[in-house]
Amino acid sequence: MSEPSPQLSVHDLACARGDRLLFKGMEFSLGPGELLLVQGGNGQGKTSLLRLLTGLARPEAGEIRWRGAPIHKTREAYHAEMLYLGHANGVKDDLNPVENLRFAEGLQGRAFEEERAVGLLTRLGLERCLDLPCRVLSFGQRRRVALSALLLADARLWILDEPLTGLDVHAVALMEGLIRDHLNGGGLAVATTHQALNLEGVKVQRLLVGNVAIPELA
Amino acid sequence: MGRPWGSSSMTRFLLAVLRRDLTLAARRRGDWLIAQFFFVMVASLFPLGVGPEPQMLARIGPGVLWVAATLASLLSLARLFSDDHQDGSLEHMVLSPEPTVLLVLGKSLAHWLIYGIPLLAIAPVLGLQFNLSWEAIMVLEFSLLLGTPILSLLGAVGAALTLGLRGGGVLLTLLILPLYVPALIFGAGAVDGVIAGTGAQAHLSLLGAFLILSLMIAPWIAAASLRVSLE
Repeated sequence: MSEPSPQLSVHDLACARGDRLLFKGMEFSLGPGELLLVQGGNGQGKTSLLRLLTGLARPEAGEIRWRGAPIHKTREAYHAEMLYLGHANGVKDDLNPVENLRFAEGLQGRAFEEERAVGLLTRLGLERCLDLPCRVLSFGQRRRVALSALLLADARLWILDEPLTGLDVHAVALMEGLIRDHLNGGGLAVATTHQALNLEGVKVQRLLVGNVAIPELA
Repeated sequence: MGRPWGSSSMTRFLLAVLRRDLTLAARRRGDWLIAQFFFVMVASLFPLGVGPEPQMLARIGPGVLWVAATLASLLSLARLFSDDHQDGSLEHMVLSPEPTVLLVLGKSLAHWLIYGIPLLAIAPVLGLQFNLSWEAIMVLEFSLLLGTPILSLLGAVGAALTLGLRGGGVLLTLLILPLYVPALIFGAGAVDGVIAGTGAQAHLSLLGAFLILSLMIAPWIAAASLRVSLE
């Protein structure tokens, strides 16, 4: 596939929650190395849009395409390349970080490489928590475990819902670096955030969801 | 479309679901023990309430043990998906490239191993308490062996349908108990048949057929319900 062709594209997308129409006629396309920053106030439909993009929810109208094919028709191929990090971390409290990653990999149908997992957890500053059940970790540390699962999966498309929530300054800087590496490696990312992101040298598209304008972020 | 069934990543996925649920259950033995104690308590209350007459106990024993087993399985079913839903891991599992049906199948199987098999171990002791003959106890065991997977499979449908609802536990009971009725009738009927001397084979065959039917249908319905509940 030639490089500049869009891989993720959205055509005339509409989303409704109950009787309320959140947005309609949404169009965008995202190519390799691009980040889509979804912005909008609370309750404007950012998370709903992200859930539509993952395939967890079905759109009211319109279509989402991955590599030119509608995602609900190529679910398996799409999910093999896509990774979603939602508000909830998907981290089991009774398991330690390494076990969490082991099962996350197994649930993606992949073999587990323990050394790589430990390396990633160490890189994210969790080397002292490897044997502890995630129950005793702080919110930010659990978020870091979830992020290491994201990195371990090596997916092409990241869909991140507020990835920076609960992270300290160092972790935010680390996360910015990780997103940059991911994009420079030809990956794609869709993210929502209320925080300013420092992403120099990265192609960023901004998408405003809903009809309430908010002050420009960074 | 998709990969053939039985590919190595599917096996890995199914094993991961199983191992994960078994590991989690091992970390939370309290939850596990509650269901088993409940089974013992319900079954033990009947002799105390009805009186210690041996013929009477042998008469009601199979039915009571089967009702207690269904109730004990209901107790644990409410949390089959809800724990994973709360911490977000259910979404990750549904977003896995592997089929959701396989996820439901793995979770039902894990539920049966965790909550069904121990019932099989306890039932003979409770059977003695109800003055059942060894032959009747053997048939009771066999009927539970065929029947408890049905409880887990059908229960998964109810758990998926009531996921994320307030008061989901009560609704689950109302939804699922009627579906358990055939298993209850054939299961308890098999043991009654042995006691009455008419044989258990007919009931056990029907129970086996019901198990196969549940195995073929329930995971698909549960997977579809799960996707609706997550939307």
